[in-house]
Amino acid sequence: MNALSPAPEALFGPTVTHPRDGGQGHNLESDRFNLWYGATQALFDVTFAVERGLVTALIGPSGCGKSTLLRAINRMNDLIDGLKIAGEIRVDGRNIYTPDTDVIALRKRMGMVFQKPNPFPMSIFENVVYPLRVDGLSDRRLLAETAERALVDSALWDEVKDRLQDNALGLSGGQQQRLCIARAIAGEPDVLLMDEPCSALDPIATARIEELIDELRGQYTIVLVTHNMQQAARVSDNTAFMYLGRLIEYGETEAIFTAPRDTRTQGYITGRFG
Amino acid sequence: MPAAAVLSVPSASRPRAADLGAQGEPYLWMLGGALALGIAMIAGLLVLVLWNGLVTFVPREIALLTLADGSRIAGETVRAETFRVPAERLEGLAPEAKAKIAAEHGLARRTLYRTGNYDVYNDDFRWIADFEVAGVAYPDGMIFAERLEWGPFVGRLQSVTVDGEVLAASDIRAANVRAAHDLARARWQRIRKIERVEIGAVNHILERERLALRRVALTSGEDSAAWRAAAARFESRQTDAQARHKMLALEATRLKERDARDRIVLVEIGGAAKDMALSQVVRMYRANEFTWADRAAIYLSRWWEFLSDEPREANTEGGVLPAIFGTFAMTILMVIVVAPFGIVTALYLREYARQGRVVALVRISVNNLAGVPSIVYGVFGLGFFAYLLGGNIDQLFYAERLPNPTFGTGGLLWAALTLALLTVPVVIVATEEAIAAVPRSMREGSLACGASKWQTIRRIVLPRAMPGILTGIILAMARGAGEVAPLMLIGVVKLAPELPIDGLFPFVHLERSFMHLGFHVFDVGFQSRNSEAGKPMVFVTTLLLIALIAAMNVTAIALRNRLKRRFAGGHF
Repeated sequence: MNALSPAPEALFGPTVTHPRDGGQGHNLESDRFNLWYGATQALFDVTFAVERGLVTALIGPSGCGKSTLLRAINRMNDLIDGLKIAGEIRVDGRNIYTPDTDVIALRKRMGMVFQKPNPFPMSIFENVVYPLRVDGLSDRRLLAETAERALVDSALWDEVKDRLQDNALGLSGGQQQRLCIARAIAGEPDVLLMDEPCSALDPIATARIEELIDELRGQYTIVLVTHNMQQAARVSDNTAFMYLGRLIEYGETEAIFTAPRDTRTQGYITGRFG
Repeated sequence: MPAAAVLSVPSASRPRAADLGAQGEPYLWMLGGALALGIAMIAGLLVLVLWNGLVTFVPREIALLTLADGSRIAGETVRAETFRVPAERLEGLAPEAKAKIAAEHGLARRTLYRTGNYDVYNDDFRWIADFEVAGVAYPDGMIFAERLEWGPFVGRLQSVTVDGEVLAASDIRAANVRAAHDLARARWQRIRKIERVEIGAVNHILERERLALRRVALTSGEDSAAWRAAAARFESRQTDAQARHKMLALEATRLKERDARDRIVLVEIGGAAKDMALSQVVRMYRANEFTWADRAAIYLSRWWEFLSDEPREANTEGGVLPAIFGTFAMTILMVIVVAPFGIVTALYLREYARQGRVVALVRISVNNLAGVPSIVYGVFGLGFFAYLLGGNIDQLFYAERLPNPTFGTGGLLWAALTLALLTVPVVIVATEEAIAAVPRSMREGSLACGASKWQTIRRIVLPRAMPGILTGIILAMARGAGEVAPLMLIGVVKLAPELPIDGLFPFVHLERSFMHLGFHVFDVGFQSRNSEAGKPMVFVTTLLLIALIAAMNVTAIALRNRLKRRFAGGHF
């Protein structure tokens, strides 16, 4: 059977998977989560749990819904008109899709890094402390300390410490992306959501970001969307493979890449489609 | 035959070279030509205005013409043209002149001279045909004197009297006369200051006290205790004010008496003498004995007078300071109103309103508002702002001044509001576009940091959209500052006695009517007694209006570019 045209029972079979428990528990769970853009269903019954403190990669071919799933976790999809959902996504056991959820508080617990670096048109310093600014903080020392810590953690401090007041748009692409990571962690989130953070970067900048992800492991729960399988293999602890809006397989990265259980996973990671 | 085979063999009948239309060359020429035409028209207009505006104040020589019939006239050359000689004028001419005109197919040249001396001649411009002239000379001693009344005087100096004593003929030297003249002018300025500013302030106080009394009468009724107290205070203040008034009036009278003893007698070329107070002469110079430095000095002093003084002679002479001030104040006030109003509206339309039929309808209506004739806005402004809003404000807050309207008539505030209404579509459209052009990634980045929608708009969207918004405001400003039609209904006057800002409480008088450069152009060019005298002023005022708008725009553009630089420099 060809992976490009899977049999219907293979596509619509049960997708519940059992992730490894790293011993620290789960702080992100998705429970039979469905999502529609207008009449088009983008996610089908996605159920999985992300382990605290580890790096979880979401891989899959373009349009498989991995970015949609990621953006569902901090409700960035809310901006889209005609969005409908069913099922639950739980953060620390609480469903975030209840009407009384404070979306802003939720987003403050999640840092997000986007596909293309999107620094704000202001100084490097102001970019980093933006999450604190929106909280209304203006204590200079606190801001300066936070900025330094975030920039050190994002491995950018040495490059920018002498020009914190320069415009962030003057940085190189890789620096801009690390600045965005600094901004994401400056608000001291629990979770980092990364949506193909290296797709717009050259190989050297990509390597820097991957190193950085490795360093951040343990401090943050990281969910990383990537279409680069080598990257997933290099940096993640767990990997989830998605295909056509479904979670096909989820498990330890090593297992997924060496002994995939599903033929579609195998087809994708061996490069037969995707 | 298989399709692939057909494609692989080019058809012989199809021309290989693209035709002219396909090359796009003619269209390129057409587009370029249209642009060139547009630029040529704009440049032509600017050059016309610039040239005429700049040469207006150049002092010219005075020609002394002896005509064929023996009479003499003197005046500045204004311009020359070719004209067809009417038959009745041909009859009395000498045969050689007739022959010359016939050789030119009935055409001849004529020249317009500014002869001045309106009070003597009843006109101050004369066309003289070349065939009438027997001789032209530029003799020394010809004087061109600009006067406060009756326009310029062209003639010779006969005598100068200082403090009742006639200066001996040997004493009439340029420096002498100039010193006496400067003294007389200073004295005249002082008189004007006393009458306009100081007595004006006393009158203002008197009026304020009278109104305060009337207010008490309206609120507590006459003959109440409060009224009696107020009346007593009014009496005492009135006495004070009247004493001060008397003192000032006395000083003015004393100065005027002194002023009347400094006299100058000028005599025009026909021999008629004109005796006037020396202070009535604004500026005089010997037009035919000029060095370049003199010329430049006169030129600059005329510009200075134009920019810094008030108009006289039904606006055809003097300066336009009140009009500059009015235009500037109104435009700034308009921007202060239109910018926040337009930005807030656009923000709501683009960021908060549910995009749908209603919003689309609103958007179309806003765009259509930009096409409504501006005079309609004037009518609306007069009816709504002045009569309805202003009328009610008067009833509520200025009841003691009724039936004289305060805000219930055209004024600076209502004019600015009307123009704000007129230009708000420009700002809304530009702002909406600028907001829509802010990349989605910026908003998402901000929202992902836990910013609320308003914080995102305030900190990310608005700053980023600011250059585009400023472009809209610049356009609105340019449109507003050049608009005249609605203003004629809603507060602009030919001659405003007072500026909208002065030293009298509350210092900014938004209810006052004001002067405007655009209206000034219309008034001087088409409403004045003497359109020939007003014509140079039209050009100068137009030049000034264009310069003012350009200056305001350049300031705004510089601001915009500074903002833009913040968003440039990405290394992608």
